[in-house]
Amino acid sequence: MTDIIRMNAADLAAKLASGEISSVEATQAHLDRISAVDGDVNAYLHVNDAAVDTARAIDERRAAGESLSELAGVPLAIKDVLVTTDMPSTSGSKILEGFMSPYDATVVARSRAAGLVPLGKTNMDEFAMGSSTEHSAYGPTHNPWALDRIPGGSGGGSAAAVAAFEAPLALGSDTGGSIRQPAHVTGTVGTKPTYGAVSRYGSIALASSLDQVGPVSRTVLDAGLLQDVISGYDIHDSTSIRREWPSMAAAAREGAEGRGLKGLKIGVVTELPDSGFQPGVAASFRDALAKLEAQGAEIVEVSAPNFEYAVAAYYLILPAEASSNLAKFDSVRFGMRLDVPGTVEDVMSATRDAGFGPEVKRRIILGTYALSAGYYDAYYGSAQKVRTLIQRDFAAAFADVDVIATPTAPTTAFKIGEKIDDPLSMYLNDLTTIPANLAGVPGISVPSGLAEEDGLPVGVQFLAPAGEDARLYRVGAALEKLLVDEWGGPLLDRTPALNGGAR
Amino acid sequence: MSEITPELVRHLGVLARIQLEDEEVTRLTRDLDAIVENIAKVSEVASDDVPATSHPIPMQNVFRPDEVGTMLTVDEVLQNAPDRDGDRFRVTAILGEEQ
Amino acid sequence: MARAELMDFDKALELFEPVIGLEVHIELNTKTKMFSEAANPANEENHDAEPNTLVAPVDMGLPGSMPVVNESAIRKSITLGLALGCSIAPSSRFARKNYFYPDLGKNYQISQYDEPIAFEGSVEVDLGDGETFTVPIERAHMEEDAGKLTHVGGSTGRIQGASSSLVDYNRAGVPLVEIVTHPIFGAEHRAPELAKAYLATIRDIAIATGVSEARMERGNVRCDANVSLRPRGAEKLGTRTETKNVNSMRSVERAVRYEIQRQAVILAAGGTITQETRHWHEDTGETSPGRPKSDADDYRYFPEPDLLPVAPSEELIEELRAALPEAPSARRRRLKADWGFTDLELQDVVNGGLLDVVEATVVAGAAPQAARKWWTGEITRIANAREASPVELVSAEHVASLQKLIDEGTLTDKLARQVLEGVIDGEGAPAEVVDARGLAVVSDDGALIAAIDEALAAQPDVLEKIRSGKVQAAGAVIGAVMKAMRGQADAARVRELILERASA
Repeated sequence: MTDIIRMNAADLAAKLASGEISSVEATQAHLDRISAVDGDVNAYLHVNDAAVDTARAIDERRAAGESLSELAGVPLAIKDVLVTTDMPSTSGSKILEGFMSPYDATVVARSRAAGLVPLGKTNMDEFAMGSSTEHSAYGPTHNPWALDRIPGGSGGGSAAAVAAFEAPLALGSDTGGSIRQPAHVTGTVGTKPTYGAVSRYGSIALASSLDQVGPVSRTVLDAGLLQDVISGYDIHDSTSIRREWPSMAAAAREGAEGRGLKGLKIGVVTELPDSGFQPGVAASFRDALAKLEAQGAEIVEVSAPNFEYAVAAYYLILPAEASSNLAKFDSVRFGMRLDVPGTVEDVMSATRDAGFGPEVKRRIILGTYALSAGYYDAYYGSAQKVRTLIQRDFAAAFADVDVIATPTAPTTAFKIGEKIDDPLSMYLNDLTTIPANLAGVPGISVPSGLAEEDGLPVGVQFLAPAGEDARLYRVGAALEKLLVDEWGGPLLDRTPALNGGAR
Repeated sequence: MSEITPELVRHLGVLARIQLEDEEVTRLTRDLDAIVENIAKVSEVASDDVPATSHPIPMQNVFRPDEVGTMLTVDEVLQNAPDRDGDRFRVTAILGEEQ
Repeated sequence: MARAELMDFDKALELFEPVIGLEVHIELNTKTKMFSEAANPANEENHDAEPNTLVAPVDMGLPGSMPVVNESAIRKSITLGLALGCSIAPSSRFARKNYFYPDLGKNYQISQYDEPIAFEGSVEVDLGDGETFTVPIERAHMEEDAGKLTHVGGSTGRIQGASSSLVDYNRAGVPLVEIVTHPIFGAEHRAPELAKAYLATIRDIAIATGVSEARMERGNVRCDANVSLRPRGAEKLGTRTETKNVNSMRSVERAVRYEIQRQAVILAAGGTITQETRHWHEDTGETSPGRPKSDADDYRYFPEPDLLPVAPSEELIEELRAALPEAPSARRRRLKADWGFTDLELQDVVNGGLLDVVEATVVAGAAPQAARKWWTGEITRIANAREASPVELVSAEHVASLQKLIDEGTLTDKLARQVLEGVIDGEGAPAEVVDARGLAVVSDDGALIAAIDEALAAQPDVLEKIRSGKVQAAGAVIGAVMKAMRGQADAARVRELILERASA
């Protein structure tokens, strides 16, 4: 039998259901793995010491003949942006160190109800602001493919945990690419669902109109299984969509059969030329497209003239909303409090200066500026108009194609420290992922190979119209099957072994 | 050439209740200046005839029934309180006034 | 703090035209809060809850929490808007008003900025002596209330000098409707009275429509008064001050009056008014300056991204409009005309809070004047003596029955008052008390004649005096007979019988 930790969630779930493996075994195997490697990877901020107890309870219920969900007993890592009652929730910030939420995020509650076993909380850029997890107040996470490189961000911890076999599944959040870009640089799968498909209740807010919670995994089917558990209307989230969703797992299974590719129209964006990407990234992207074409898909050029303004609009909308969302961290009701003399205003200001990192402060100040009197129309107001234009670009494109494909990010994993002092350069990592958040459409990143020049993972991103998440799972699973067959095994088989580095 | 000056940055720090050190003000002024120049281009395409989108998925009239649901217990409310006096949060003296 | 100099009110009005603006906040009485499913302390049931026991995650700004709009609050807000004569916006949005204060759970208040749910209405205000004034309403919008702060360690319990403050978030998230008037011109000398009467009218409307408990002493209704003075003949409006959280009807009138007098002195001396928020002090009858308007007032409004637009259908608006009660001032006018009351008579009834019960008594069959006399007269007198409220003592139906007994001749006014006491003391309905106590007027002439003969026997010269023309001599006999009959006689009939005797 394959090493438990090397199994993907679907296979593990099958073995749990058949009784071949117990959840206690599966959970312990992952806890052991975490102990062995997380000293080097630093994917986890907190490991759940009650995980084995939870696993045991699932095993007992199964033994008693209770009918359980497909993923019951499978361990799950949870990005620290999601609040949990039994583990601290810091959102990667010092200002929330030790914070214990009295309620569970809806997606966490649904995961528990489905029998998933929370292993721990994963590292992230502070308040989800970043593309490298270097802005975590608790130290960076290291890419399992090369420990001196970034695992992506803001959800680098979840992606690295899954890539390092420290968890088969993880929950993440994506505001401008925070699930998809880490998937790209770690050779894993990540989906940003349609805005409103998954509840944001309990996801510590960054930019309310852009944030979405989604699955992080090693295979497209696994991501589909997890999205099926967490998605659906939540009365606590006014922006959640009231509809019955089709099964993403079923779509993935269908896609893996390969039949859906013939006649599928795949759009490639003129305004995102190959020249804008690292050569190995562009090459891997083209290779993936060629494989789909060989199966009968049609590649169509589409134009999205307003994508040029997407990053600019994003870096106005996000800071503006974030500056308001982060105002609640003020030393009064929870979180850090600096005991300085003076008024409560002095305490608030000193606490926030000490508790927030430089990237967070940068964006709060920028956002405060964008909303302030006299600047609203030129900045925030204008950015909301660009949003309309980008939605129109997508609508026009999707009139001609079924999905849009792009490389997920411009480069492979850069070195830790390389871009930290250049915020503008860091922001450009999100070039291809941001438009989906602005428009609310779903996107998935699927590993497409390794870049020739550095041997580091590359992912291809598919985008679909709002509500058509299943399409992404179909195409993603089809491509995954073609590639894995060609490679003779998953890409992650080629990660270097992680030695030592015990926690 | 944008309008980001150290004075403006300090003022924004006050609005955002973040006490900025001098060094931070200098750094932020430089960073924001570069960022703002870059993002100012949104006003180029944001003409009057383009409506703003505040929500990606258009919906309206999302309500809940007027029925009492779960509330936090007093202990839950105060479980992360940095300082409390009995059932209430405690803060040091307030400078400003209620709006 | 030195007392500010005040100009004589009439003198101030000679030199300046007062312009006032009123902002009233009404706490709605829904079961739950505006944006959370926590119980609402502004609902009668929950008003004395212990601190921090009515808190849902979003009320205290817990990370990850989100607002969800209370459907009933929308209905009540629309109802209130319609009652104020406003148009209802086909679509309106919520906006965040961003500022830092410990009583805000999130350090922003969810309110409405440039898209209020109701706008452009007007309210007729009765000034109490028959004069009415139309107050123009600019808008009514929805927002949430803040928590409560208690200041500790200072000498006055107020914020200045306090060493620390305690925060209770029960009130955070209570649904509010803020009603803003356009600047009010033309009230002149009656501006202070108008402010008070306007506040009373808004309160009446809130109660009549059932949207709020509207108890000022509980903070269900709060008023901010804006006052500015314009020199007579000048074009430009003066600088205004805003006096906040004036806590009673009386305070509004006094505060407006005070500000007019205070500002007049400054302006007359060539000074300028600082645009600022001021606080009213009930004990000293003065306003004092608060914080001057500063850059901290850049609220950075933007549309609330966690909430969707509110777009009430035509059907809903018409349904709510059809369910509106008659406007209190219109009702009062109608009843006054129907009943033929003078302004003073109606005022007495309204001031006593007795309009509803007088109306009920009339409906139960009593004549309006009789109903009025009972309620504002004897019943109020007894209520005051017993420290109760008139409506608690006796029902409208019983009062009407009582009056009917008088009208039929079964009781005299004096006897009726005794019966009333019996009814109030729980002895039963008026007719039952009459029977039980044997208080009915004796209508049997035979019994009366017997009593008259007895009295005459004791005063033999009375008949002589009557026969000689001194009719008033009958009085003594009537008195004796009434006493013997324990008042249960119709004095007029007794007199008739005596005179018959005399002429026999």
